[in-house]
Amino acid sequence: MSDATGATVLTRNPLARLWERGSRIDPRYLVTFLITLVLIAAQLRYQMFGGYERIAVALGVCVATEAALSWFDRGRVVNLQSAYISGISLSLLLKPQGYALWPFAIGAFLAISSKYVVRYRDNHLFNPTNFAICALLLAAPDHVSVLSHQFGNDVVTNVVIWIFGLIIAARVGVLHITLAYVLSFLALNGARALLLGQPVLPEIAPLTGPMYQLFVFFMITDPRTVVRGRGRQIVVAVIIALAELVIRYGSDRGWPMPTGLYAGPPLFALFIIGPVAKWLDLRARRAAPAR
Amino acid sequence: MALPFHAAILLAMRLDRGPGRSAADAAHPGFVLRDETKAVGIDFVHRRATFDAKIANIEPHVAAVGASVSVTDFDGDGWPDLYFTNSATGAPNALYHNRGDGTFEEVAASAGVADLNRAGEGASMGAVWGDVDNDGREDLLVYRYGYLSLFRNVDGRHFEDVTERAGLHRWINSNGAIWLDYDRDGLLDLYVTAYFRGDIDLSHLATTRIMHNSFEYATNGGKNLLFHNLGGGKFEDVTDRMGVGSTRWTLAAASADFNGDGWPDIYLANDYGPEELYLNDRGRGFTLAKAGLDAESKSGMAVALGDAFNRGRIDAFVTNISERGYIFQNNNLRVNEMARGGRFRNVAEGALADAGWAWGAQFGDFNNDGANELFVANGFISADRDRSYWYAMSKIAGANSRLFEDAATWPAFGNASLSGYEPSRVYLNRGVAGWVDVAGKVGATDLYDGRAVALADLANRGAVDVIVANQNQPAVVYRDIPDSANHWIALKLVGTRSNRSAIGAEVVLQSGDLVQRRVVDGGSGFASQNDRRLHFGLGTREWVDRVVIQWPSGARQIVSRPAIDRFVTITEPER
Repeated sequence: MSDATGATVLTRNPLARLWERGSRIDPRYLVTFLITLVLIAAQLRYQMFGGYERIAVALGVCVATEAALSWFDRGRVVNLQSAYISGISLSLLLKPQGYALWPFAIGAFLAISSKYVVRYRDNHLFNPTNFAICALLLAAPDHVSVLSHQFGNDVVTNVVIWIFGLIIAARVGVLHITLAYVLSFLALNGARALLLGQPVLPEIAPLTGPMYQLFVFFMITDPRTVVRGRGRQIVVAVIIALAELVIRYGSDRGWPMPTGLYAGPPLFALFIIGPVAKWLDLRARRAAPAR
Repeated sequence: MALPFHAAILLAMRLDRGPGRSAADAAHPGFVLRDETKAVGIDFVHRRATFDAKIANIEPHVAAVGASVSVTDFDGDGWPDLYFTNSATGAPNALYHNRGDGTFEEVAASAGVADLNRAGEGASMGAVWGDVDNDGREDLLVYRYGYLSLFRNVDGRHFEDVTERAGLHRWINSNGAIWLDYDRDGLLDLYVTAYFRGDIDLSHLATTRIMHNSFEYATNGGKNLLFHNLGGGKFEDVTDRMGVGSTRWTLAAASADFNGDGWPDIYLANDYGPEELYLNDRGRGFTLAKAGLDAESKSGMAVALGDAFNRGRIDAFVTNISERGYIFQNNNLRVNEMARGGRFRNVAEGALADAGWAWGAQFGDFNNDGANELFVANGFISADRDRSYWYAMSKIAGANSRLFEDAATWPAFGNASLSGYEPSRVYLNRGVAGWVDVAGKVGATDLYDGRAVALADLANRGAVDVIVANQNQPAVVYRDIPDSANHWIALKLVGTRSNRSAIGAEVVLQSGDLVQRRVVDGGSGFASQNDRRLHFGLGTREWVDRVVIQWPSGARQIVSRPAIDRFVTITEPER
């Protein structure tokens, strides 16, 4: 009876019907939709690209590299949505010196090829975009920076992206990772600010920036590089937030670190913790008896 | 697969090192800039303002401007003089009179233009010179974070404060002003840029919500003002009628006839926002042109005007902010394609695009080879070398505007540096081979926090000397020593139907294959104004075919075969 009543409510509520339809869509398409939404909002409202040639190079190299390497590795061209997401993320996040295009070309190649080179038991360990950006920030700090400012520092754009992002994260089944990281970030950096006697708001403010939006919806939740199990995923998200806290504390104290760590603390936290967690997970998977 | 992967990383590291030494060494500048500040007797040291304690946490940031320099010949003796502004309460501005023997004497107090940083009146931010009443003597406008002040040049030695009488007693938090004759009536009009809102007195704050509302698209700055010169020593605020009241945190303005319609337009470099170009509709009003300037929003700090590639057009170089690893906003070299395509095309790349935290800039032919070089001053705040504010800045820049509009919520600056200790850049123009920084090679090696850059031939010898006003630090005079094999010509224009200073007059020089345009400066760069005499390098060319002068009045004059290697005075025909 109660089930029947619930089903009736579900079919009558348009939002619920939309939710139900959404659940039938391949999650990858939802993620693709979200990154495209971010892309369009960034360009139409804030001209974030700084030139269409940048996205052409990043997308073109990502797609071409994916097609070539997958054919070489597996004898067939794989679904190119992952390359599309990497290409768009790179074109939004990379800010080169002097209008150079080579960071987009090399970054795109590194992002995709990292999936085929840095592997353990047939799984790649790094989120491709995260790897490419961190590698470029370390290898070419004089020519590459990462987007650290806002979409116009405008709350409306932020709210739209966060709402769509959270809905899609829920549909894709990774909302717990996003929330675990966000809550950990807020708690840890709020506490850090209080302990260091710094204003709290500037410490938690970066969370509203586009770098973090791309980070929490596309990098830390990347299904191919997260560990198995909700519990472990939450633990890893918290550890990443902790690693970021250490980097930020080092920045507060002026530790002699590469500039990239100062400019992109969450990216490097994931860069350090993500592959280690994935490696341990894959190792544990093999050790566990098959069921 | 691993091989190309690792090769890509190595390639990124190689590209990060920039061009090979051979490319840099290939540049032979053909000039030297020698620091002769002490030798010529310039001992000016700028002192920054202090503001309300409510914003003490970011006072180094808010008070990081005010060092300016403008060139004039206030006594009409034919030798360019220099005026520097100071900003601390009680600190005097300085007027250096050129003795004509290679040295200067400071005469601001006796001239009556020294004591301009009195409490309640604001802090001086800069000055521009122009003959407002066409009496043959250059008058002085000082802009402040505070009240404007207009001084009439009485007799070439003394100045009279005529601000009230002129109707210019207005409080405006300004970093820049330019003279132009927008309606071509022969009288210089005044455009004043505004940074902080006009209702803000930084020394007595009613609120700490004074900052910008976006790092990229801020619109809550002060309102720029246009004053029409009515004659008889009076001005009228025509900002709204003319449609030029931008509130985009303007740091610099410059004027030229960019679209070739015979009327002076206004180009703005805006902090926290895109550049703006106001096109003059025959003196009846201005329209904000798209012109390709809004494709990418940045932090415009200065706008220098010059013919970058000898096309007979006035191009614009706009400085911006770059900091290794954090941000590359990149300078813009906007090639003027207004007459043909209705837009500017940005061609800056490589080293030219990144001059650090760049401020004032000017085009000048330092080696007299017939092509303009670029001098760019830079560096924001040099304090503790081991502490940088960039990390704090990266946090606040990512915040929502509601947060950082309030100065009180910004992380405390303390004694941190922010893009400090940066060397100036001197870009050698190699034509199609691009621009290369030769600052170290030619001797521009100071690490001061440069703000204003002005160019002038201080010794009337056919060279473009560089004067840099540094924030909270000593000014520097670089003596230009160009390749002696090259020829030159310098033109002094005297308006008759046009304003006497000839501000806004544009000259196209033709010498064989060389074509170059210059405009008489009513204020440009950042908080600066160049020598109004126009200097052209000729290379090894031994004659000038002709110079074509477009006077602000609309008159066109052609002078054939003027003498070279000297100053030539050209007076506008009466009719």
